[in-house]
Amino acid sequence: MAGTEITSAEYIKHHLTNLTFGNHPVHGWSFAHTAEDAKEMGFWAIHVDTMFWSIGLAVLFSFYFYKAARKASAGVPSGLQNFVEMIVDFVNESVRDSFSGKNNLAAPLALTIFCWVFLMNLMDLVPVDLIPRITGALGVHYMKVVPSTDPNVTFAMAFGVFLLIIFYSIKIKGVGGFVGELTGMPFQTDNMLLKPFTTVINLVLEGVNLIAKPISLSLRLFGNMYAGEMIFILISLMYSADWAMGIFGGTLQLVWAIFHILVITLQAFIFMTLTIVYLDMAHAEYH
Amino acid sequence: MNINLTLIAQLVSFAVFVWFTMKFVWPPLVKAMDERKAKIADGLAAAERGQHEQQLAEERAKQYLHEAKQQAAEIKAKAEKQAAMLIEEAKDKAFDEGNRQLAAAQAEIEQEVNRAREELRAKVAELALAGAEKILRKEIDADAHKDIVEAVANQI
Repeated sequence: MAGTEITSAEYIKHHLTNLTFGNHPVHGWSFAHTAEDAKEMGFWAIHVDTMFWSIGLAVLFSFYFYKAARKASAGVPSGLQNFVEMIVDFVNESVRDSFSGKNNLAAPLALTIFCWVFLMNLMDLVPVDLIPRITGALGVHYMKVVPSTDPNVTFAMAFGVFLLIIFYSIKIKGVGGFVGELTGMPFQTDNMLLKPFTTVINLVLEGVNLIAKPISLSLRLFGNMYAGEMIFILISLMYSADWAMGIFGGTLQLVWAIFHILVITLQAFIFMTLTIVYLDMAHAEYH
Repeated sequence: MNINLTLIAQLVSFAVFVWFTMKFVWPPLVKAMDERKAKIADGLAAAERGQHEQQLAEERAKQYLHEAKQQAAEIKAKAEKQAAMLIEEAKDKAFDEGNRQLAAAQAEIEQEVNRAREELRAKVAELALAGAEKILRKEIDADAHKDIVEAVANQI
């Protein structure tokens, strides 16, 4: 733990605070020294640790996949290419199963989402104190290493998917078709007097339906990873008690980590699959 | 836990990475995989074709063998028949020849016997006549006993 005299609550809070750089009303552009500082910065602040880890992981992913893609040939695949092709094949298969339209973006999008979310989630398996301790020794006191426990990340992704849903809905069906889909269903009437009434109801229902997609997408991932992270933090609190609790905590951490492997993969897979399904729905003429 | 600028920065980086994957990662990989798939499919098809051809060849060979065996059997049967026929013919010929020779020999023998008998008869008659002459010369007149001498000569 960071200091000898901090309480459990402080320890947890410390672990849940991002390294924030922003425009503080009093200190100007600077790193936030406390969670309160970060809060006071408002919208014009950036989570440096989140950005660093998420982009770092994405670069890692891009680098290896690009390396494999550049050397890809129809011959016998070697180690890295084999591994990459396995993932590509898996994603391709998933896309083909649930995506009926013709779209060159869907599969690469799914691959990026799957790998990126997986890697970001994977950071959860790094012992919670390890990297913050190292950076702490180097003078950086706040360090959240799991980007997918930052709602900014999950909301950004889900929002990106949401934009694509709207883009393809309009592209495939036209503005009229998209609006028609939002207002013409599920209640249909030919009565001109009832029409405004059903239109409003449909708009509310379909609007909720539409908005629920990105929100559920991002909150599901965020909630799962945040809860998992929280449990790791709580388990690591046990190490500060006596040795028996320490051993018990160690066992618990191992068990939770093994279970978490499933959660990590599953969440990445769910995010990918739902993205495909949503895009497929955007492509479908009538659902 | 604050929603802030990170959201937009993340959105931008997300878009960049998706673009990167779409542009540089996905197409070559999928192309290579499809190519390999086609290659493997071709190879498998060729192997199957080869196997099929081998099967056909085997069948043809079997047929040839069968035909050859049949032909050989036919030839053998024909030869045997011919041989049997030849033997039969030779047997018949030999039998005929034997019979012929036997008949000739028998005829000759008979002829010989007849001749001998004639000769003998003549000789005996002569002899008897001579004997009788001698006796008769001593005892009787030839004219008186002529019928007896004749009867004896006829009996021989």
